[in-house]
Amino acid sequence: MITVEKLTKSFGSKLAVDNISFSVEKGEVLGFLGPNGAGKSTSMRMITGFLAPSAGKVSVCGFDVVEQGLKSRSRLGYLPENAPMYSDMSVFGFLSFCAELRGLFGSAKARAIDRVVQLCFLAPVLFQSVDTLSKGYRHRTCLAQAIIHDPEVLILDEPTDGLDPNQKHEVRTLIREMGREKAIIFSTHILEEVEAACTRAIIIDRGKIVANGTPGELKSRAPLAGTIVVGLIGIGWQAVQPNLAALRFLERSDLISECDSHTTFRLEPNGDLLPEVLTLAQRQKWQIDHLKIEEGRLDDVFRSITLPDTERASIK
Amino acid sequence: MKTIWTIARRELGAYFSSPVAYVFIVIFLLLTGFFTFMVGRFFERGSADLVTFFVWHPWLYLFLVPAVGMRLWSEELRLGTVELLFTMPVTTWQAILGKFLASWLFLLIALLLTFPMVVTVEYLGHPDLGRILSGYSGSLLMAGAFLAITCMTSSLTRNQVISFILSVVFCLFLILCSWPPVTDIVVNWAPAWLIDALAGVGVMTHYEDFQRGVIDSRDLIFFLSMVLFFLFTTSVILRGRRA
Repeated sequence: MITVEKLTKSFGSKLAVDNISFSVEKGEVLGFLGPNGAGKSTSMRMITGFLAPSAGKVSVCGFDVVEQGLKSRSRLGYLPENAPMYSDMSVFGFLSFCAELRGLFGSAKARAIDRVVQLCFLAPVLFQSVDTLSKGYRHRTCLAQAIIHDPEVLILDEPTDGLDPNQKHEVRTLIREMGREKAIIFSTHILEEVEAACTRAIIIDRGKIVANGTPGELKSRAPLAGTIVVGLIGIGWQAVQPNLAALRFLERSDLISECDSHTTFRLEPNGDLLPEVLTLAQRQKWQIDHLKIEEGRLDDVFRSITLPDTERASIK
Repeated sequence: MKTIWTIARRELGAYFSSPVAYVFIVIFLLLTGFFTFMVGRFFERGSADLVTFFVWHPWLYLFLVPAVGMRLWSEELRLGTVELLFTMPVTTWQAILGKFLASWLFLLIALLLTFPMVVTVEYLGHPDLGRILSGYSGSLLMAGAFLAITCMTSSLTRNQVISFILSVVFCLFLILCSWPPVTDIVVNWAPAWLIDALAGVGVMTHYEDFQRGVIDSRDLIFFLSMVLFFLFTTSVILRGRRA
C-alpha cells in the first residue's frame, strides 16, 4: 500500500532524510522510531505529499505522490505533528469542512461525522470552539479528521503526544484495531507504544534506517537479550561461583546483588545454557527464588543504535 | 469547483465568526461617509454624482484591503494548518482561488453596503446610473488587485504584521507610480521604456477611466491580469515553501 524507494530530502546542505526505502502492506502497523530531528516528520511529510522529495519515489495505493498527488492524497489520512486546526471553528464545523474537502456531502457527511465522533469520543465537545479544547481533545479531533473518509492508508505523526495514560491507551487500541484493514505508519518516542500497537518497527537515525523488524526481533538485538538471571536463597555468591565453571555454554557470569542470603546473578550464554543451569541447580540443591531469560528492552536497543558512536563506546 | 467553494465558505465563515468582519464593515462605511460628505463637500458641490465618493476608495483600500487579506496564508502558516490543507485532495490553485474569492466576496459585501450613497444621489437629483455602476466595477476590480497583492505578501511570512506592511507599501507604489511628482523623479535619467512601464502599472489611470463612466477592455484586462499575476506568484511561493 505504501512504497518508499530511495527517498531523500535535503534542506540546503543538510541531509534530513538519506536514501530510505521500505514498504507497508495492508494489515500492518508500522512504528516509526527515532530521536528528535532524525527525519521522522520529514519522511512522513514526503509520504503525504506535503513536501516534495529531493530524490526517490513514494507511492500510496499505487499512485505516485508527486505525479498523481490528488489520487494518492484522497486515499490517505494524515495527522500532522501538534495537531494543527483552524482556531476559529467548532469541532463540528472543522470536521464538516474536512469531510467536504474529502468529497463527502449530505447524508454521507453526516454519517462520517457521526462515526468519527463515536470512535474518537468527541461527543461532549462537538459544538465547542477548537480554541478552547484541552490537548487530548485537540489531538482526537485532528485524528478524527484523519479517519473521516475511512482511508486505506493512515499517517500519524506522534498521535499520542500530550495525552494522559487513559487516552494513550484508547488511541493505541484504536490504531491497533484500524490496523487490521489499513496500512498505518505512526511515529512515536514512546517505546512501549511500539510493543502495544505495532506489527513492525523502523528505527531511523540521522536520516537513515538503522533497524527494521518486528518488535520481538528488535528486542532480541538488545545487549542483554537472552541472558539468564538467577536468584537463589540461602547461599552466597562465594559458594555459587566455583560451581559455575562446570557450565559448558557459559560465556561469563556477573553478580547482580547479594543481600541477606539472597543472591542474584546474570549468566551470559554462548549456547543452550538453560538446561545446564537447571541440572546444576538440581544437583547442588539450590533453592531457586526466581529465574528468567531477559527478553531485552526496546529502550536498550534504541539507545544502543541511535547514540553517537563515541557515547556508545563509553557506555559499553 | 466544489472544493473551491468549500474553502471559500470556510474562509468567509472565519471573517464573520470573529469581530473582524463587523469592525471592518463599520469602519469602511464610516470612513467612506466621512470622506464623501465632510472632506469631499458632497452637498456644496451640488452635483448628482458619486465622484467625491469614489475618489477616496484607492486610499481607503490602501489600508483596509491589506487588513482583510493579511491573514489568508500567514495564519495557515502560523497555525500549521497549511499542512492539513495541502495533504487533502486539494490543488494549490483551488486553495488560492478559494481564499481569494472569499475575501473578494467579503469586500464586495462591504462595498454593496454603501448603497445608501446611491439612494441619496438618486433622491437628490438625476444621476447617471451607468457611470455609478462603472464606478463600482472599477472600485471592486481595484480592491481585487490589492487583495491579490496581499495574498502574495501573506504567503511570504507567518507574521501578519509583516504581511500587512509589505502589502501596503506595494499598493502605495502602484497608486503613486503614475503620479507626476513620482514620475518626475525618474524622468530626467531613466530610459523612456521605464517611465512608460511605471506609468503603465499605476492603478490610478485605469481606475479613473472607470470613474468617468468608461469600461475600457484594456482597463478590465489590466486589473484582471494583475489579479492573475499576483495569484500566480502566490502559487509559486507556496510551492517553493514545500519544495
